[in-house]
Amino acid sequence: MPLTETDAPPASATLTVRSLLVWGLLAGLIGGLLAFGFASAFGEPSVDAAIAIEEAGAGHSHGDDHATQGEHGHGAEPAEEEVVSRAFQSTGGLGIGAVAYGLGLGGLFSLAFAFAYGRVGSLSPRATSLAVAGLGYLAVVLVPFLTYPANPPAVGNPDTIGDRTGLYFGMIAISLALLVAAVATARALAPRLGGWWSTVVGGVGYAVVVTVIAKLLPSFQEVPDGFPGWLLWEFRIASLGTSAVLWAGIGITFAALLQRGLTRTRVA
Amino acid sequence: MAVAAAIPTALPVPAIPVRQILPYAVFAGIISLIALYFVGAEQGALAVFEGTAVHELVHDARHLLGFPCH
Ligand SMILES: [Zn+2]
Repeated sequence: MPLTETDAPPASATLTVRSLLVWGLLAGLIGGLLAFGFASAFGEPSVDAAIAIEEAGAGHSHGDDHATQGEHGHGAEPAEEEVVSRAFQSTGGLGIGAVAYGLGLGGLFSLAFAFAYGRVGSLSPRATSLAVAGLGYLAVVLVPFLTYPANPPAVGNPDTIGDRTGLYFGMIAISLALLVAAVATARALAPRLGGWWSTVVGGVGYAVVVTVIAKLLPSFQEVPDGFPGWLLWEFRIASLGTSAVLWAGIGITFAALLQRGLTRTRVA
Repeated sequence: MAVAAAIPTALPVPAIPVRQILPYAVFAGIISLIALYFVGAEQGALAVFEGTAVHELVHDARHLLGFPCH
């Protein structure tokens, strides 16, 4: 540990993309595990309840073609269709999914940080990490969610899965592109308007444009008759919470690792 | 490190030049996106692999992370 050789000039720390990526993956691992814990505790009950309704036949939107498609392990078809048991889907599978997603997101997060740091105002490294996490959650989770809210099992018509998937990913891309444009605009206007007004212009501009686009895109009303409203709410709140834990976990862990790495190289 | 309270909040750390970021961004970015794709969409709207194993494995995470599933 002592005398660690870094490519940084002595007495002044620098950031390398490689170390950022390592910290990003570690942060993604921690964030994924935290999200797994949150989803297990607060998300699975509503997923189970929705599947129970689906199996009881209330989720009739799947219709007859569901049986012919046989696409789903949690459908009304015989249990032998399941490749992965429900018991494992809701525990190990959830954990694997959350951690894999966390790792991927952590990697992208570290790259976003690398671009953002030093280019968005005069935020410290740690503050930049939290800002990237907060704005990322807004643009990648919250706005797409408000456009196409998350649905539990039993909600959703299999015939539109292609459209809904494309539009959901498209909305993430649009929202993210608009966020980058808003930040760039705010930065360009800062010398003339000052930091406060340029931020307001960027923020309001993002909100207006993203709202117009969201309202122009097609919407889907596929909640089956009789599906309880409270369950839909419970699931959707749990979904937002799972992502919030994931993004907060990544932002805070990354900030902590960053600070540790920077102070250490600086001492060395 | 012993005096945690004395750690400065603002370190004079320079931004990383874009030219340095780009090669990593392409490489790590693609791998990361593949991970997100497998959790978010594989064997749903699109499929690289046959069957439903991946879909079922990540099924609950896909729902709770907000992705359309079925
Ligand atoms: Zn499903």
